[in-house]
Amino acid sequence: MTETPRVRTLILDVDGWPGHRAGQHVDVRLTAEDGYQAERSYSLASAPEDPPALTVERLDDGEVSPYLVEEVVPGDRFELRGPVGGYFVWDADASPEPLLLVAGGSGIVPLMAMLRHRAAAGSTVPAKLLYSSRTYEDVIYRDELEQLDGRGDGLEIVHTLTRAQPPGWTGHAGRVDVDLLREVSFPTERNPRVFVCGPTSFVEAVAEGLVSLGHRPGRIRTERFGGT
Amino acid sequence: MTHLDGNAIAGVLEQLFGRDVTLASGRCTGCGAVREVGAIHVYRSAGIVARCPDCDTVLLRIVETRDRMWLDLRGFSSLQV
Amino acid sequence: MGIISRGFRGRGRGDDSGRLPPGQYVTDDFPVLSAGPTPHTPLDGWTFTVEGGAEPVRWTWEEFRALPTETVTKDIHCVTKWSKFDTDWEGVSVDTLLERVDHDRAYAVAFCDGGYTTNLPVEDLTGGKAWVAFAYDGEPLEPEHGGPARLLVPHLYFWKSAKWVRGLSLRDEDEPGFWETNGYHNYGDPWREQRYWGD
Repeated sequence: MTETPRVRTLILDVDGWPGHRAGQHVDVRLTAEDGYQAERSYSLASAPEDPPALTVERLDDGEVSPYLVEEVVPGDRFELRGPVGGYFVWDADASPEPLLLVAGGSGIVPLMAMLRHRAAAGSTVPAKLLYSSRTYEDVIYRDELEQLDGRGDGLEIVHTLTRAQPPGWTGHAGRVDVDLLREVSFPTERNPRVFVCGPTSFVEAVAEGLVSLGHRPGRIRTERFGGT
Repeated sequence: MTHLDGNAIAGVLEQLFGRDVTLASGRCTGCGAVREVGAIHVYRSAGIVARCPDCDTVLLRIVETRDRMWLDLRGFSSLQV
Repeated sequence: MGIISRGFRGRGRGDDSGRLPPGQYVTDDFPVLSAGPTPHTPLDGWTFTVEGGAEPVRWTWEEFRALPTETVTKDIHCVTKWSKFDTDWEGVSVDTLLERVDHDRAYAVAFCDGGYTTNLPVEDLTGGKAWVAFAYDGEPLEPEHGGPARLLVPHLYFWKSAKWVRGLSLRDEDEPGFWETNGYHNYGDPWREQRYWGD
């Protein structure tokens, strides 16, 4: 399913899928006919309550992502290891503290799994998503996020567009900085659990910004995406 | 070259340990810092190298082939799983 | 062999010119692989030292760059299976460096900023087989590729071409380096596919 011009969601049919937790990822391995192999990690986009799905962004100089976004058709197969990664996981029934999610670009994927899980579990834990995208067209899961925001169950979503804003845009513009983080994040006294995901430079800037606002480093979990 | 978080090698570590170790706490032999494996800094080169975010001491090295794996964990003076 | 994914073609391609060692694929990129953060040593603090001879011999950056240089074009082969043909380098031949050292050692360990090491027989560093390279493709070597200077030993897998090299430690006994102590082959000849221990 196409999410944006560069982003596609693949719903997987996995023999013996053990189920997953929101935030986990899988290691995908592709083998070409000549034996060449490439391996990449992708976060599960789906809630644990649903069948496994990956959302992949096509990177211009990528080796695996162009194949997954443009070439793969239903019936195609590849190898998976996982789901893995208990460090970057949120369980609705294990976490009563407020939840702060900060996403840069395709970093939204594991955080979306967490929000989908939160909705499926009927959780009313206070939650905020700060989501940075280049343009309006690049916002992944745009409509679904609007629906989740409108449910009135304690979730607030703030978007910022860094490169261009459409006419009549009432959201933020420009990169996530300390001021925007201060405005959006929960007060540190509420001891939120924080998950930050996206390109390395984004994750580092956001994590530093949050620490400078007084959030304890141990409460901030990061997942940096590499390239290709 | 930039690094990834320890969580990025959750798959290969689980293959080695038979369980998720990203939440295990490890103590760095270089500076004594204690942190979860999921938060160490991971570099991919000829193999996987993970370093302490505070002092860059090599915490672990992993080399994987189709049928063998080598693991050096000496950078951790202890690992609480 | 894993499940073949229909239609997947990786970046690497085969080659039947006879220039590609077994198990390798040709690439046109120059992938950056690193075991740690990129060091940034200012040139006015950079030195190259050969230890283990009658006495240590050291060059500052100016002294090093005043030595005779060579321009070479070589194929390089990484143990992670990519090979790149016809790469252009400029550097000081290790023969030029070792001529100025009084020694009779058989083995060397290259040591680098950031702590990386790799071991080689002196015989594989001499006879026109190795350089300390400071330029790639006509430009000063970029830090992410090992600049200001890296070892270049193209007849062995590229993990032996140590980035950010700062010297050679000559000794009588072989001492396996960073990767050689953790699964990678002690010698590393791509033509005999010596990737791992026991190959």
